[in-house]
Amino acid sequence: MSDLKELYQDTILDHNKNPRNFHKMPDATLSLEGYNPLCGDHLFLYVKLDNDVITDVSFEGSGCAISKSSASLMTTVLKGKRVDEAISLFEKFHDLITSPMDKQPNTDGLGKLAVFSGVREFPARIKCAGLAWHTLKSALEGDQRTISTEQ
Amino acid sequence: MTAVVPQVDQPVFLDVDSVREDFPILKEHVHGKPLIYFDNGATSQKPIPVIEAMHRYYLQENSNIHRGVHLLSTQATIAYEQARSKVKSFINAGSENEVVFVRGTTEAINLVAQTYGRQNVKSGDEIILTAMEHHSNIVPWQLLAKQNGATIKVVPMTDQGELIIDEYEKMFTPRTRLVAVVHVSNSLGTVNPVHHMVEIAHRHGVPVLVDGAQAVQHMPVDMRAMQCDFYAFSAHKMYGPTGVGILYGREELLQDMPPYQGGGDMIRSVSFEETTFNELPYKFEAGTPNISGGIAFDATIDYVNQIGMHRIMAYENALMRYATESLLNIPGLRIIGTAKTKASVISFVLDGVHPHDVGTFLDLEGIAIRTGHHCTQPVMTFFGIPATSRVSLALYNKKEEIDVLVEALHKVRKTFG
Repeated sequence: MSDLKELYQDTILDHNKNPRNFHKMPDATLSLEGYNPLCGDHLFLYVKLDNDVITDVSFEGSGCAISKSSASLMTTVLKGKRVDEAISLFEKFHDLITSPMDKQPNTDGLGKLAVFSGVREFPARIKCAGLAWHTLKSALEGDQRTISTEQ
Repeated sequence: MTAVVPQVDQPVFLDVDSVREDFPILKEHVHGKPLIYFDNGATSQKPIPVIEAMHRYYLQENSNIHRGVHLLSTQATIAYEQARSKVKSFINAGSENEVVFVRGTTEAINLVAQTYGRQNVKSGDEIILTAMEHHSNIVPWQLLAKQNGATIKVVPMTDQGELIIDEYEKMFTPRTRLVAVVHVSNSLGTVNPVHHMVEIAHRHGVPVLVDGAQAVQHMPVDMRAMQCDFYAFSAHKMYGPTGVGILYGREELLQDMPPYQGGGDMIRSVSFEETTFNELPYKFEAGTPNISGGIAFDATIDYVNQIGMHRIMAYENALMRYATESLLNIPGLRIIGTAKTKASVISFVLDGVHPHDVGTFLDLEGIAIRTGHHCTQPVMTFFGIPATSRVSLALYNKKEEIDVLVEALHKVRKTFG
């Protein structure tokens, strides 16, 4: 049985209320807009790169608790990661929130991001949790267009 | 079963507990909690007589219409055409020729845009829409405008969500070819003064299409009183099946319009040289329609008439007043859409909590509401919000359910505040 506490864990509520790295970054190497037209979740992601290493990440925007806390938590785990490490983290996170209900979710290597394991029980909310990560992946892969979860 | 004509002097009393017995789904549990269904604007639940009509058709009566000489086909044809007559009386149309079966409101509007519209709206002509239209009463006109080089004008609204009729009146020019307006706004609940708007348009010789998707389930509608030229609505929002809708059109207009889709049933005779089209309303009904849906719609209208539309309206209005007052007691809650005349819909935003979090939280409490832009993105843009939470009421909702909602919203505030 899905319940409220599984989805809205304290960490999620905390990051929603006090988002980390929540600001513009004028000297960002990459910046990209992410938009989920169905919910109205809307964010701008900023990434600073030194060669192949992410040295800083920030975001701003508005959205539901799931999308905002997911973006906030994401920014806290990326600093110091190489681009390929970040992409691999995206894949692990994506698997976590979309894994079938009859399987134990795999949280290996996800650390505190594991708090989003409850999202897979709420299909309508998976795109909220994934928005920041999809935007990150596209930015790192050199995409210039606004990222929409409705594609 | 014979239709009961709604009486104006019917008592306001509606025995909601007995009505609820007609809707078995209301006994379901969601996430372990009793279901409270407040998403009636999206689709309403269906009463037993409607479900049984559909069931009976497939168990005992299934056959195609307007074709066979055999008994089942004859009976299916009679039942389907009886549904058309029932709809005619329900909306007080002039004749059955004015009642076209379609899939739903959306198809009805597209039909008008691609037949009447393509024939009559030319390059440089203008179509008037309003600021509170559903996407389905915007996009078909945009497609037409693009095809034929026409322009779209939009009637503005106030911060309360009421159309500014003075501005509307000023929009007419010799190039205005059509007005398309929503009867009841699905995201604001506003009941628009469509009678008056039709009168104004007709003074300029311009026909009017009214989108009645959110109106027919909440109030009596009378085509001959309203005098509109087209009226579109769906069965599924008024306790009927999905996949059935009605386009009402004034006979003179329908007569001159080209067909919508080609196929069986809409033709009188076909050769490879020439096709003669069928008479009204079959000219617009190509292919085998949703027969079971049409027959179940007949049962739907009987059900609604038995309770009485005036009684439904009075009950729902009282419930809406109660819900509005209760919700306004919640700190930080703001109602979007505060028109003087409203029906059923209460859209709101809660300070600091995104509507989707409200929606998921309430879902876990067993309460189904709609969250999002409600297919009215221009309305959201106007109010400067990405989305709202929407409670839309039906005749089986009751005060106790509103109390549970209010209690849950207090918890939402505590959790996210």
